[in-house]
Amino acid sequence: MANITLTINGQKVTVPSGITVLEAAEMCGYSVPTFCHEKDLTAPGACRICVVEIKGWRNLPPSCVTTVAEGMEVETESPAVIEARKTILELLVANHPLDCMTCEKSGDCKLQDYAYRYGVTSPTPYEGEKKQFAVDDSNPYIYRDPNKCILCGKCVAICRAVADRNVIDYAFRGFNTKIATFMDTELKDSACVYCNRCVTVCPVGALSDRNMMGKGRTWELEKEEVTCTFCESGCKFDVNYKNGKVVGVTAKNPSAGRPLCLKGRLGTEFMKNPDKTDLPLVNKDGEFVEVSWEEALGIGPIVEKINALKK
Amino acid sequence: MQLYRAHVLVCGGTGCVSSGSKKIQEAIVDELAKQNLDKEIKVVETGCHGFCEMGPIVIVYPEGTFYCQVQVDDIAEIVSEHLVKGRIVQRLLFKAPLTEEQVPSYKDIAFYRKQHRVALRNCGHIDPEHIQEYIARDGYEGLAKALTTMTPQQVIEEMKKSGLRGRGGGGFPTGLKWEFASKSPGPKKYIICNADEGDPGAFMDRSVLEGDPHSVLEGMLIGAYAIGADEGYIYVRAEYPLAIKRLKVAIAQAEELGLLGDNILGTGFSCRLHIKEGAGAFVCGEETALMASIEGSRGMPNPRPPFPAVKGLWEKPSNINNVETYANVPVIFLHGAEKFASMGTENSKGTKVFALTGKLRNTGLAEVPMGISLREIIFDIGGGIMEDKKFKAVQIGGPSGGCIPEEHLDTPVDYDSLIALGAMMGSGGLVVMDETSCMVDVARFFLNFTQKESCGKCTPCREGTKRMLEILQKICDGNGVPEDITTLETLGAVIKNTALCGLGQTAPNPVLATLRYFRHEYEAHINDKKCPAGVCTALLEYKIVAENCKGCGACARVCPVGAITGEKKEPHEIDTSKCIKCGSCIEKCKFNAIVKG
Ligand SMILES: Cc1cc2nc3c(=O)[nH]c(=O)nc-3n(C[C@H](O)[C@H](O)[C@H](O)COP(=O)(O)O)c2cc1C
Ligand code: SF4
Ligand code: SF4
Ligand code: SF4
Ligand code: SF4
Ligand code: SF4
Ligand code: SF4
Ligand code: FES
Ligand code: FES
Repeated sequence: MANITLTINGQKVTVPSGITVLEAAEMCGYSVPTFCHEKDLTAPGACRICVVEIKGWRNLPPSCVTTVAEGMEVETESPAVIEARKTILELLVANHPLDCMTCEKSGDCKLQDYAYRYGVTSPTPYEGEKKQFAVDDSNPYIYRDPNKCILCGKCVAICRAVADRNVIDYAFRGFNTKIATFMDTELKDSACVYCNRCVTVCPVGALSDRNMMGKGRTWELEKEEVTCTFCESGCKFDVNYKNGKVVGVTAKNPSAGRPLCLKGRLGTEFMKNPDKTDLPLVNKDGEFVEVSWEEALGIGPIVEKINALKK
Repeated sequence: MQLYRAHVLVCGGTGCVSSGSKKIQEAIVDELAKQNLDKEIKVVETGCHGFCEMGPIVIVYPEGTFYCQVQVDDIAEIVSEHLVKGRIVQRLLFKAPLTEEQVPSYKDIAFYRKQHRVALRNCGHIDPEHIQEYIARDGYEGLAKALTTMTPQQVIEEMKKSGLRGRGGGGFPTGLKWEFASKSPGPKKYIICNADEGDPGAFMDRSVLEGDPHSVLEGMLIGAYAIGADEGYIYVRAEYPLAIKRLKVAIAQAEELGLLGDNILGTGFSCRLHIKEGAGAFVCGEETALMASIEGSRGMPNPRPPFPAVKGLWEKPSNINNVETYANVPVIFLHGAEKFASMGTENSKGTKVFALTGKLRNTGLAEVPMGISLREIIFDIGGGIMEDKKFKAVQIGGPSGGCIPEEHLDTPVDYDSLIALGAMMGSGGLVVMDETSCMVDVARFFLNFTQKESCGKCTPCREGTKRMLEILQKICDGNGVPEDITTLETLGAVIKNTALCGLGQTAPNPVLATLRYFRHEYEAHINDKKCPAGVCTALLEYKIVAENCKGCGACARVCPVGAITGEKKEPHEIDTSKCIKCGSCIEKCKFNAIVKG
């Protein structure tokens, strides 16, 4: 691929043509905030936090969906850019429950990080009505707090990326827009399979793995990556340790072709977490009931082998 | 072919149908049969004439007599007086608003005199459900010329020469758009017609589809030939059942005559057109959202580039134009690009249809040459302000436009001049406001619309318009603070600069334009807690002017809360702490003694 030369923050750089301004800026060591962009998955250009200034352009274009061009003069942190990003953050914070002290995501939350970076505090200049949606704790695997959702849309994209999942989408309009299941039911009554793909990409605390709730702050946890052996997809999970003890297994942001599934996660948990005593819960006709590990994993005879392995 | 000595045109547009034109038409047919005239006189159902306010409309040819607000009871008289004896029924003629003079003929009515009908050329003059009538007025000749004597490249050159710019809002040069789509490689391309028409108050596209659907089909086919498309969609809002019906009829008739479908006119060029009914959300009119909607997804805009010409419907190169844009195309090929380009201004050629609404004497659809002044549109065609009130502002471009005050009324109207004034052409909605309109309230009204219609995808539009709306509401409620004006301006600028699609990028316009021209009204609300136009209820106080009060007590009797007291024949008084501002007293007072402000 041919190269092109452009200027980023006054510095002339040569990059491959066809890449985005965001990629070029990152190659040069500039960090540009992003919420909705997820490499190799989705670039809807929705959140607008990644806007930059390009000389001669009418608007502030989002760097994640703008392709580099020869001679382009990009500013990633000009006063106009900072004003726009700060305004966008203030708008998000004005419509957000400021729950950082108890939020599971605290310490690993993009909204928190960017608010810190751009000095956004509460109250913002835009206080007003806040969304008041019901939280969804209808199931044992995912805790959804739509009030913390910033509508980046990544969960929708990653769920849809596996054939037949497509469980959630945008619903309603204007200020009332939210991410909802078909007919806006609780997750329990949807076609969700609790693969937790959505949880892995959520940049804020709108989607949490219930298994980990209350088990420690993000910075107290150490993660060990493991590859699932239940099928040939080879999905990755994190085994989370606190003070050297396993506290739970979480799904890891999957690459293309790796579907993730509940069975894999439960099975990994079963193998890695010797302290896990609760039986797995499976949705049967709309209610979650405890089932044996054999049934949950659909692997009667294998369990014995696993148990043997564990010893 | 049967020859008739006279034709009676009955308007069958949505406006007239709702004022009862179907019954009128039946009555005329019955009456003609009764008087044995049905072999001599033909009744034709036409599309909209643009003067729906005066409907139901009946026109008698060859004279071109324009009867308005016709009732069933008038039919016998029209038939026996006009059609039998040749005597015009004076009382049903249009009355000029100022002179009260009765105007017999279509062309002499001020509403039509300054109009120049290109896109609407056939509307109201032909039966839209008979392709022969369209063909009789040179329909499909432009297509035949393009297909048989021109290469696609020549068609594009001709379009570029005509200077036609998109009538759907952005005003992008149509020839250039076609060129992009034609140069985009790929064996499969689509031609799309945007008939979503979501601007509240606009109905020009509906009128064209109802009154002259073939002009749109012909324009699309010429476009399809130019870009190399063999399939197309017309995206019509489902709330336009009559337009959909007429389009279906038109498509079937054109297919039957070999003007649509395979091997059109024996030239080897083929193109099929489908109708897609839209769900009705305003944002679905935005081109990328429209295509998503055709594909079956939620109507949400996507970033451009890639533009539709490169990656459009089902990722194939596509060309999308507005109804009125396509309706102009056949004329360019019939009479030549030069002729078309002779109308209009340097950078805006041809005509534009405006939907006149608001406090005007004549409301309706008016097609005028580009470059005409707003004053001519409002005062000559629109007949000036109702009840002789004072003009205050005109909102152009629907909810994404801006309002223009008196001092700019002489600006020639074209795409660029309107943008310079902080408004925009948009789809051509034109709402006239008089001195009784509060500009803060107007801005709030439009912003409320855009906020509700925001698709919710991007942060600045979804969250930002909500906050602007809350601030406007606060100002109207009398709780505004001086900083609110700066907040509106800075937030508005960020939204314009960062929103994803045209909806968000233009949503702050009504606010920014009113702040530009009517800042004093905002200041009066904020600093003096007064609404100068007397609209914002929270800021009003009802008062009795003692000199005018005759002490009749009528007001005190209607006041629901007993706020008015006074001795008989003595000036009365309103206790403002009790008054709930219902306005009943002001209506009751015969002596104009009660004022609000
Ligand atoms: C929010 C929004 C709504 C729109 N609605 C319409 C519409 O109803 N009809 C239309 O023709 N264009 C509409 N447009 C403009 C289209 O995106 C597009 O520019 C147009 O159809 C192109 O046709 P033209 O070049 O012939 O004007 C809308 C744009 C936006 C941003
Ligand atoms: S989502 Fe982020 S910003 Fe919101 S409460 Fe949780 S940690 Fe704080
Ligand atoms: S858990 Fe999996 S199936 Fe359920 S919504 Fe998330 S991504 Fe979709
Ligand atoms: S739930 Fe999370 S991932 Fe989904 S849209 Fe909201 S913030 Fe984004
Ligand atoms: S500007 Fe508004 S309507 Fe357009 S994409 Fe953004 S949220 Fe949706
Ligand atoms: S109705 Fe008018 S004139 Fe009569 S008492 Fe009231 S204010 Fe006076
Ligand atoms: S506005 Fe209504 S409440 Fe107030 S004084 Fe008049 S009638 Fe009474
Ligand atoms: S990261 Fe670029 S628009 Fe969201
Ligand atoms: S519908 Fe009859 S004039 Fe418009």
